Amino acid sequence: MAVVQFSEEKLNKVKEIIARYPEGKQKSALIPVLHLAQEAFGGWLSAETMDYVATLLQLQSIEVYEVATFYSMFNLKPVGTYLFEVCQTGPCMVSGSDQIIDYIKNKLGIGVGETTADGLFTLKTVECLGACGYAPMMQLGKHYREHLTPAKVDEIIAECRSKANAN
Amino acid sequence: MGRKLLLDKAHIEGIRYYDTYRSNGGYAAAEKALKTLGPDGVLDEVKKSGLRGRGGAGFPTGLKWSFIAKPEGVPRYLVCNADESEPGTFKDRYLMEFIPHLLIEGLLISSFALGANSCYIYIRGEYAWIPDILEQAIAEAKNKGWLGKNIQGTGFDLEIYVQRGAGAYICGEETALIESLEGKRGNPRIKPPFPAVKGLWQSPTVVNNVETLAAVVPIINIGGDEYIKYGTGKSTGTKLISACGNINKPGVYEIEMNISVEEFIYSDEYCGGIKNNKRLKACIPGGSSVPVLPANLLLKTAKGETRMMTYESLADGGFATGSMLGSGGFIVMDEDQCIVRNTLTFARFYHHESCGQCSPCREGTGWMKKVLQNIEYGKGKMSDIDLLWDIQRKIEGNTICPLGDAAAWPVAAAIRHFRDEFEWHVANPQESQTRNFGLAHYADPLPAPTPAAV
Repeated sequence: MAVVQFSEEKLNKVKEIIARYPEGKQKSALIPVLHLAQEAFGGWLSAETMDYVATLLQLQSIEVYEVATFYSMFNLKPVGTYLFEVCQTGPCMVSGSDQIIDYIKNKLGIGVGETTADGLFTLKTVECLGACGYAPMMQLGKHYREHLTPAKVDEIIAECRSKANAN
Repeated sequence: MGRKLLLDKAHIEGIRYYDTYRSNGGYAAAEKALKTLGPDGVLDEVKKSGLRGRGGAGFPTGLKWSFIAKPEGVPRYLVCNADESEPGTFKDRYLMEFIPHLLIEGLLISSFALGANSCYIYIRGEYAWIPDILEQAIAEAKNKGWLGKNIQGTGFDLEIYVQRGAGAYICGEETALIESLEGKRGNPRIKPPFPAVKGLWQSPTVVNNVETLAAVVPIINIGGDEYIKYGTGKSTGTKLISACGNINKPGVYEIEMNISVEEFIYSDEYCGGIKNNKRLKACIPGGSSVPVLPANLLLKTAKGETRMMTYESLADGGFATGSMLGSGGFIVMDEDQCIVRNTLTFARFYHHESCGQCSPCREGTGWMKKVLQNIEYGKGKMSDIDLLWDIQRKIEGNTICPLGDAAAWPVAAAIRHFRDEFEWHVANPQESQTRNFGLAHYADPLPAPTPAAV
């Protein structure tokens, strides 16, 4: 297991975040720093990562665990390189999200919450992401992919595969 | 064309950036507020404007501001609620993405009025690309002397920070949002004390929605007296409506609160009618928490009056025959949509999003989801419908925060107005797996109200 340690750049970012709050209120930095940690350490939060964040912010580990387990964006187990988070709430459902989810399942041969054998893709269903007018949709990394159709899903999968091959 | 106050300049190329925003009249309201009106003058204009919270509750903003405690030597905070998580709602996203300076200017004026020197924008974590846009706007404003120390030589200091959430609907509730901003789980607090007295880090805090704070800019520009000439009655000004579902033109529309629901759905200026020439079956006019209405009650009130896009008209008839304007998340369903399935997705949503503090909500939302699943998948019993009704009754009003009510209302309204669709599902377990109940009688004209006997 590699040592969990932020780069110099990320450590500066942590300092910058802590400076947003009054003296002694660095606990407020917890959620932003967990986002940074998830990004830096493989897209999920291991116990080691959470302990590291606790040390950085001078918190008890339990204070970090209880927050990490509350918020749905924090992944507590490893995920694929490309995480498809497909919205399934009412407005997306009336616009055909069920069919899109089924299409992705068949196309990738995985169920919801599963990762493809090559470790590239994970499918997750999520609740409303605030893109109801552009449904069906999914989040992929930092951005939204909207107005999904089977053809668009094919394009996205191909795009991810070619990115993975390039690396 | 309806008059606009928030998005009137949204189409201008480059309006996202300071120079374009400024050269199109931007920061004029801030200048007026800081140099002419003063904090009390701003508060007066906001009170006069009749502005009501645009996040969903519709509470008068000026009144909320006037509650803020002002003990000596204690900092005050303004927190901008950009958590926008109510299904059907995506208006604040549009505002922040396209005219971020409108929000920054609104935050500056509002912080000035409240005497807050630090302001936090709490934005839902999934809007991961928007903080960059906001932070750029903040940097530009700071560079031009609208943020930082001694703003425009007035002696007023303000810093604005952007804080991302991490996926929790409950953090749109103001005390849960404050907890989250303090680095904790989003568990709503028991009130009182209200945030205006003890909020962020136990200091006096005002939490307002993005659209509410942006609306302060036109209010200061044109004055509260002029603002109330927009809209109708107690629904003053304009409102952003995010329209979605089975319509031709989903998107974010700014409406003056004086148009009918029918015009909003069918006119080309707005939703452009139902997609594929289908017929309208039902609509949730104000975000998933507000009662769903069948077509016939949506377009006309039970009294036979035209239903308008205002706080009062949408609520006309109470929950028996009305709904709410809520957050403006306008979800339209055509004749092919299944109310049971739609209600199930919302029940699943609230179960997923319950923070778990209060037993009625934590347990009840899960039970409602399970019972609805049984009905939807052909395993329901007739008694399940009454059971659902009973569960929602026991959640409503029995929780610390309004999420319990928000979970109960959609289920209650679905049963109230679409009971025969639920019964059809139970009575036809196999058929209901292959086809929908359809439009049925839900768009039929309502019987004319009979005058009460004298």
